[in-house]
Amino acid sequence: MADLRLNLAGIESPNPFWLASAPPTNSGYQVQRAFEAGWGGAVWKTLGDPILNVTSRFAGVSYNGQNMAGFNNIELITDRPLEVNLKEIYETKKRFPNHAIIASLMVEPSQEKWHEIVKRVEEVGVDGLELNFGCPHGMAERGMGAASGQVPELVEKQTMWVKEAAETPVIVKLTPNITDITFTAEAAVQGGADAVSMINTINSLAGVDLDTWDTVPNVAGKGAHGGYCGPAVKPIALNMVAECARHPKINVPISGMGGVSSWREAVEFMLMGATGVQVCTAAMHHGFSIVEDMKDGLNNYLDEKGISSVMDIVGKSVEKYSDWGNLDLNHQIVAKINNDVCINCNKCHIACEDTSHQCIDMLVDENGNDILRVREEDCVGCNLCSIVCPVDGAIEMIDYDNGQPPMTWNERQSAIGAAPSCDVKLVK
Amino acid sequence: MGQLKSKGISLENLSLNFEEVHQGLSGAEAVEEANRCLYCYDAPCIKACPTDIDIPKFIKKIASGNLKGSATTIMSSNPVGATCARVCPTEELCEGACVLNHSTKPIVIGDLQRFATDWAIRNEQLLFKPGERNGKKIAVVGGGPAGLSAARELARFGYDVTIFEAEEKAGGLDTYGIVSFRLPQEISYWEVEQVEKMDVEIRTNTKVGEDISYEELKNNYDSIVLAIGMGSVPVLGIEGENLEGIHDAIEFVKSTKSGEITQELIGKKVVVVGAGNTAIDAATCSVRKGASNVKIVYRRTANEMTAYDFEYDFAKQDGVEFNWLTQPIRITGDDSGKVSELTCVKMELGEPGSDGRRRPVPVEGSDFTIEADAIIKAIGQTRHLSLIEHFGLEHEGGVVKVNPESRQTSNPDVYSCGDVIFGKGKGDAMVVTAAQQGKEAALAIHKRLSPAPTATA
Repeated sequence: MADLRLNLAGIESPNPFWLASAPPTNSGYQVQRAFEAGWGGAVWKTLGDPILNVTSRFAGVSYNGQNMAGFNNIELITDRPLEVNLKEIYETKKRFPNHAIIASLMVEPSQEKWHEIVKRVEEVGVDGLELNFGCPHGMAERGMGAASGQVPELVEKQTMWVKEAAETPVIVKLTPNITDITFTAEAAVQGGADAVSMINTINSLAGVDLDTWDTVPNVAGKGAHGGYCGPAVKPIALNMVAECARHPKINVPISGMGGVSSWREAVEFMLMGATGVQVCTAAMHHGFSIVEDMKDGLNNYLDEKGISSVMDIVGKSVEKYSDWGNLDLNHQIVAKINNDVCINCNKCHIACEDTSHQCIDMLVDENGNDILRVREEDCVGCNLCSIVCPVDGAIEMIDYDNGQPPMTWNERQSAIGAAPSCDVKLVK
Repeated sequence: MGQLKSKGISLENLSLNFEEVHQGLSGAEAVEEANRCLYCYDAPCIKACPTDIDIPKFIKKIASGNLKGSATTIMSSNPVGATCARVCPTEELCEGACVLNHSTKPIVIGDLQRFATDWAIRNEQLLFKPGERNGKKIAVVGGGPAGLSAARELARFGYDVTIFEAEEKAGGLDTYGIVSFRLPQEISYWEVEQVEKMDVEIRTNTKVGEDISYEELKNNYDSIVLAIGMGSVPVLGIEGENLEGIHDAIEFVKSTKSGEITQELIGKKVVVVGAGNTAIDAATCSVRKGASNVKIVYRRTANEMTAYDFEYDFAKQDGVEFNWLTQPIRITGDDSGKVSELTCVKMELGEPGSDGRRRPVPVEGSDFTIEADAIIKAIGQTRHLSLIEHFGLEHEGGVVKVNPESRQTSNPDVYSCGDVIFGKGKGDAMVVTAAQQGKEAALAIHKRLSPAPTATA
């Protein structure tokens, strides 16, 4: 039995699975149910001046019959009075003293407002604060959420204001709706953040109804952009976590989120530098009980690998993530088709023929059977055929020894005396 | 998926015919099917499972790649969950309750359960640990599914458990009574091994009442679980019953699971009397032993038979002929004393009897004969009366009387579960029911002997 306990910048929780600040953490009733089900922590739905919401609020993106491959929402922060939320936080913390409760906060960019709310929420015993600089819809139009989160100076300044008043660890939650998230992450660190969390939702429009021409979702026939999350956003989130994790100036823990649906994605995020994960869409799809397999699967994974504590996997893959210029140009793999397993759908052939490098031939063997064969000398090792292949084990990508010693682009450029990489002056 | 499919019969190598018919799901099929499961809340499939396996949970774990967790979820609720994955009438239980019956098609829960437990078997997983010893000793009489289930639970609670098994191997009908092409013996052996590895001692070849008495058990154990199942097939009570070539279906199936497959039925005509689960097993075994013609004779119709639909379909695919409303009245032999003919009378259905099934009545003058080289009796099982009486338990025609919740018998120190408490007209005598009753007996014993609840391992 591995130790699943987590410590993120001093915030402790019995396991690395937290509910993200979102509809599932709207009330004490819900958060207490979540803790009963086994969640390690919860980031309370963002507190601030109560807002007015609209109906409808959510839209799911189905893909090939799978519900909620992506999820879009236009719900705002809490619509309940601060006093009610604070009372419920207090009661929940009292009932579950060992679980982490983090208050997500969003106020106008004013020092006074931040000081006031920080004091009030810390009085009821939260374990930490998460500054919502990421909400992309609604609040941004009022100069909060992503609107301030997209401006590094505002991130730094507001983090500083919070740190002036805060006694508990401060996590800054970042928006992905920005060209390079490391800029705002660095600003948060400059401002004194104890940790950063990412990603908030991505600007999105889930769809358009082909008959009514209304947007999906829509409010009385009119739509506005929402925030996108769920399994579809995982690769975007994972990259942002990894980019921050490998950035020398972003030297604070990262709480990772965006498409975590099972223990597997949690492991991926943690290997890429996240100290624990936050989850929302998967819980909204299936209920709080999904955390049981998250913990059990993670525990069995760690046991199988002989790893005693989940904290030991944090960041273990970060060094494997680098710039393109550091990749070995001479490394070569080629596709190999196993015709015993192949079911002859020819998808690899047409993918290669039409859209890649025309190196998979359709042939007939000596017994008259249709076979597919890769011309290894022409294969660029792109992986496309193995990706489109519907059968496990029919196409493997194997190492191809071209006799060349390893050499990266950067090494090549310095060897020929050229500039190591594109010389672009970044304005920071 | 999910269906038994007959394949060609080999007369050259009969043992090939006894290999498992259904191949099981591939990894890709299992993941695809697992992802189709809705993960219902308060799911009807759980309620339809006699052992309350948390089915959406184990399926979710297949989808997430947590196969150890999946197998643990299954086996935690059902100590013979690998067997049940193969032999449960799933269309009448979990799969029949799946909500997708009302929209698309039900999840193949049995096959997914098999996928997860097969993984555990293949990877030699030990899924449970015995609980902290509490110093109390329990004797379990009978190592079939009910006894194994009780023993496994008691070991988890911390009891020192000994199983007394009359046969050479434990597992009961799972080991000896269900045909190997549906349930290979290694599945049952693995389940036995899981129990043994909980420090449960299994004394095989040990007959209680002969090798060890009730008195000895009573004096040496704090409680006893009686899970002795049922006995052999009763006599037909007709002329010619002692001729050569007449078999007891249970013994007949057992012979195909204990050593070489013999060749004496190749090209022969076989008649099976009865249309229950064991009759189907005996008939399909006969086909696989190379018989040229296999007939089932049954005095009622397909509507009254106790075999499941999937078993009926399977037997038909194997070419078994069904003769409904047919009652054997006489067996005739040849000069050497071997069976040669079965004389039957046609029946018609009359008024319903006490079990609600319409009673068959003979049609005057409708006698006819069927050629037969072998006759297999599969008309139910007798009761272990003398052993039940040796224990001094109250019973009704060999069905031990128990409290329906605790499984406690008329003797407060003796609990009973499985086929030995299975009364006529009380539903199906399923492996999964036996497993659940074993759990219930174990829990009742635990409550009685250790009033403070103990956490299980």
